[in-house]
Amino acid sequence: MQKVYTNIIQISGDVITVEAEGVGYSDIAQVSTRFGISLAQVIRIDGKKVYLQVFSGSRGVSTGDKVKFFGHAMRVASGHDLLGRIFNGSGTPLDNGPQLSDNLIDIGTPPVNPVKRVIPRRMIRTGIPMIDVFNSLVESQKLPIFSIPGEPYNELLARIAIQSEVDIIILGGLGLKYDDYLFFRNTLQQHGALSRSIMFVHTAADPIVECLLVPDISLAVAEAFALEGKRVLVLLTDMTNFCDSLKEIAITMEQIPSNRGYPGDLYSQLAARYEKAVDFDNAGSITILAVTTMPGDDVTHPVPDNTGYITEGQFYLKNAVIEPFGSLSRLKQQVNGKTRDDHRTIMDTMIQLFASYRQALEKRAMGFQMSSWDNKLLRYGKIFEEKMMSLKVNIPLEKALDEGWRIMAECFSPEETGIKKSMIEKYWPNRQ
Amino acid sequence: MQTQRKGRIAKINANMVTTEFDTFVVQNEVAYVVHGEQKLKSEVIRIKGNLAEMQVYENTSGLKINDEVEFSGELLSVELGPGLLGQIFDGLQNPLPLLAEKTGFFLKRGLYLDPLVADEQWDFTPCVSPGDKLRPGEKIGVVPEKIFQHRIMTPFGMQGISEVLEIVPAGRYNLKSPVAKIKDADGKIHPVYLSQYWPVKIPIKAYKEKLQPDEPLVTKMRLIDSLFPVAKGGTYCIPGPFGAGKTVLQQLTSRHAEVDVVVIAACGERAGEVVETLKTFPELIDPRTARPLMDRTVIICNTSSMPVAARESSVYTAVTIAEYYRQMGLNVLLLADSTSRWAQAMREMSGRLEEIPGEEAFPAYLESRIASFYERAGLVKLYDNSLGSVTIGGAVSPAGGNFEEPVTQATLKVVGAFHGLSRERSDARRYPAIDPLLSWSKYRSFIDEKQKEAGHNILRKSFDVAQMMKVIGEEGTSLEDYIDYLKGEFFDFVYLQQNAFDPVDEATPKERQIYVFNFIYQILETDFSFTSKDEALHYFQQLRQLFKGWNSNAYLSAEFKNNEAEIRALIKEKVAAKI
Repeated sequence: MQKVYTNIIQISGDVITVEAEGVGYSDIAQVSTRFGISLAQVIRIDGKKVYLQVFSGSRGVSTGDKVKFFGHAMRVASGHDLLGRIFNGSGTPLDNGPQLSDNLIDIGTPPVNPVKRVIPRRMIRTGIPMIDVFNSLVESQKLPIFSIPGEPYNELLARIAIQSEVDIIILGGLGLKYDDYLFFRNTLQQHGALSRSIMFVHTAADPIVECLLVPDISLAVAEAFALEGKRVLVLLTDMTNFCDSLKEIAITMEQIPSNRGYPGDLYSQLAARYEKAVDFDNAGSITILAVTTMPGDDVTHPVPDNTGYITEGQFYLKNAVIEPFGSLSRLKQQVNGKTRDDHRTIMDTMIQLFASYRQALEKRAMGFQMSSWDNKLLRYGKIFEEKMMSLKVNIPLEKALDEGWRIMAECFSPEETGIKKSMIEKYWPNRQ
Repeated sequence: MQTQRKGRIAKINANMVTTEFDTFVVQNEVAYVVHGEQKLKSEVIRIKGNLAEMQVYENTSGLKINDEVEFSGELLSVELGPGLLGQIFDGLQNPLPLLAEKTGFFLKRGLYLDPLVADEQWDFTPCVSPGDKLRPGEKIGVVPEKIFQHRIMTPFGMQGISEVLEIVPAGRYNLKSPVAKIKDADGKIHPVYLSQYWPVKIPIKAYKEKLQPDEPLVTKMRLIDSLFPVAKGGTYCIPGPFGAGKTVLQQLTSRHAEVDVVVIAACGERAGEVVETLKTFPELIDPRTARPLMDRTVIICNTSSMPVAARESSVYTAVTIAEYYRQMGLNVLLLADSTSRWAQAMREMSGRLEEIPGEEAFPAYLESRIASFYERAGLVKLYDNSLGSVTIGGAVSPAGGNFEEPVTQATLKVVGAFHGLSRERSDARRYPAIDPLLSWSKYRSFIDEKQKEAGHNILRKSFDVAQMMKVIGEEGTSLEDYIDYLKGEFFDFVYLQQNAFDPVDEATPKERQIYVFNFIYQILETDFSFTSKDEALHYFQQLRQLFKGWNSNAYLSAEFKNNEAEIRALIKEKVAAKI
């Protein structure tokens, strides 16, 4: 039974209040205005007063408009019919395909029981040494790309998506520029990946509340595939827009802000999404890569800060390279002990030397005399930047490790690297 | 028996539900929201007129105005008894493995199971006779549980001295059948079971006296044990920005710490980290007992995507279980990761209650809550004169890595040791990333006080020289200062830093720490004769490499001795004068 209510008693921001009875918390409703129809969700109930956030915004909503409650939470179609399709944030097709209504699933599924998870164990090879060697990406990992606006984060995202061996790619666009949306679509198409992709796109021009649904819809669909045994990669860009939408609604609802206007439950809200990344015991997996743009390159801003505490590391994109300091894959230890026995040695030593190189650079910038050790470091750092760090480099892991030994042998004597003798004997290249 | 007290929902705001009632309501009592077949657990947190505001420990979607609410009259409690060890619970003490058997991959809302298996049989051996006089928490018998003789005790909440009326003979009993009857001071008769219930927010105080923690708790992390030790029964905190290695540090501690029982409270953190613990611990063997590590571990796990309100209860559930094992004369370590998430859960609820916010919107009672939590740690003398302890180590996740924020500051006021992690150290891959210049401990180390002081001094000196060199350059630094700088770096690299992935280096026993620290102390006190800075640098690089190899040799093995001889030879080469 669907009842229609017309008593809209308050409109404030994108939240409307209607008098209604028998409404369930977080139920979905439909608001019909003369500009069209929009979905809305219950976010607070106080006696007869029901507060709804309207996905397409409250502009044009009149106090006499009709609100119809569906009596259930937000649902989305799932299954193989979605492959190759493009939808908006509330699940309406943006391509010319039909509206889907099969296999409807709730978008806010309960959390996974931790004992039914397995320890991640499969490395996702990307051909990017800064990832494969230094911060390996692992299936079922949740990893943001921290970036300042203007960095090529979408390009990086697309490259990882195409090169990784997964069954299904789901792209959730949040406040995506139309050009970027076209870029993703074309790139996936060129590499023949569109037929195994699904896109949920909220563009920068769309109403801000709709943005809130994109991660939930993308992850609910991903979860349905993962339960069928599929390995799913979910790309979300850009999660900072999601947080800003949360902030907007929270302020409208007169919640006390905790930090720079963001609501106190920002951490829980983000965690509820990122924690969907999972490797199921005897089924598939979900890996999440999400762009988080950092306002003013400030990693202590509430959005990257809360994100960093939830995700399993982060790639820090700066000056078009993945910065070794600040980047981290927490799950790398699960896989990099099983690749080649020198993997961890190369990883640790090259980074420590690179840190010393940065110090030497600082010293030089301040006009100090360079010692012979400093000069060695400077030489090393330059080669490292060119042959390892550049995103242009596209080589498999083993080649990258060999390259690492070559670079070190070119610049240092074995004991200067501090590497254990047994390793040196096995791998240090003999110089003619 | 009183009739069931009921109310009806009047308001819903996320996980806060306001209930209208026309009976009486008890502050902090447990209530259930009836939603179709489901009953959702909640706790009354504020009462205003005929409205009770409750936090619901579950997702509230679908709840409606006028849904029925049943009040239970009980405070939120946990079941304490044999069978806790090796178990994995959520914040409300639901056994997660059993839930997984019932509901598969996902946690089902409103499903609550008995924490302990009620009909499991245990071998009970009594140790009291009728007529014996007992205080609360005194032993009436034991059952074997994993590695311990698990004490069965008189209820902790009894008043005064009670008398044993009946006690069963040795045999197999389950948790449901009484094993004794006792008469309390008022003449009331109580049955005693193998398990008992205790409200989580009230400390168990069934002991003779609380003592000053003094004996070091060996974690086998050199930086902690040698420089910033923790005492058995003490408290410490590990604040640090994300990615600095809080969780890895806690995982290592949970593996290697020399205690009897470890309770891990994974509070609002990543599920993946818990998974690692619960999948690896059954396979790792504890060298002290030769049994799987899981046999001495209890995991309370309320990860970040699980309901927020239960996060708050999870730390209390954990500390109550820790106190319970302390009552058996055991040393218990409680690791809470992370207390900031617990504080945030309080903040969320406080916001919904529309309380006047304190700093960063945290409630005004934040400090007192944190203080009373850490106060539940301690070394106690039980009625039978045996000692038991609860040590609490809490990770703190300060927003932006800034230690000035309210949770870190409130915690620092009440703990005995501070292990501050720094971004600079973790960026430079110096693990553990505990900043030796920032951290402190009020507890006694097993390292000789003079040697320890020398260690601190050289680190400070080295840091000062490094800062100075940034301004005046290496060429402006005297050779003497430069050598001090190298000594500090050397000490840091070969002693403070520890490779968590090297089977030997990851855990250093007390004897080895004392031995190696003494050796390094000799080096730090040595006057070396170098002609140039380059020579000094090269020399210390050599020394460092030898030490790193030495660190991965098993203590007192043949390679260990060979390497040591090699190092000593190298030192002799360069010693100018006598040591």
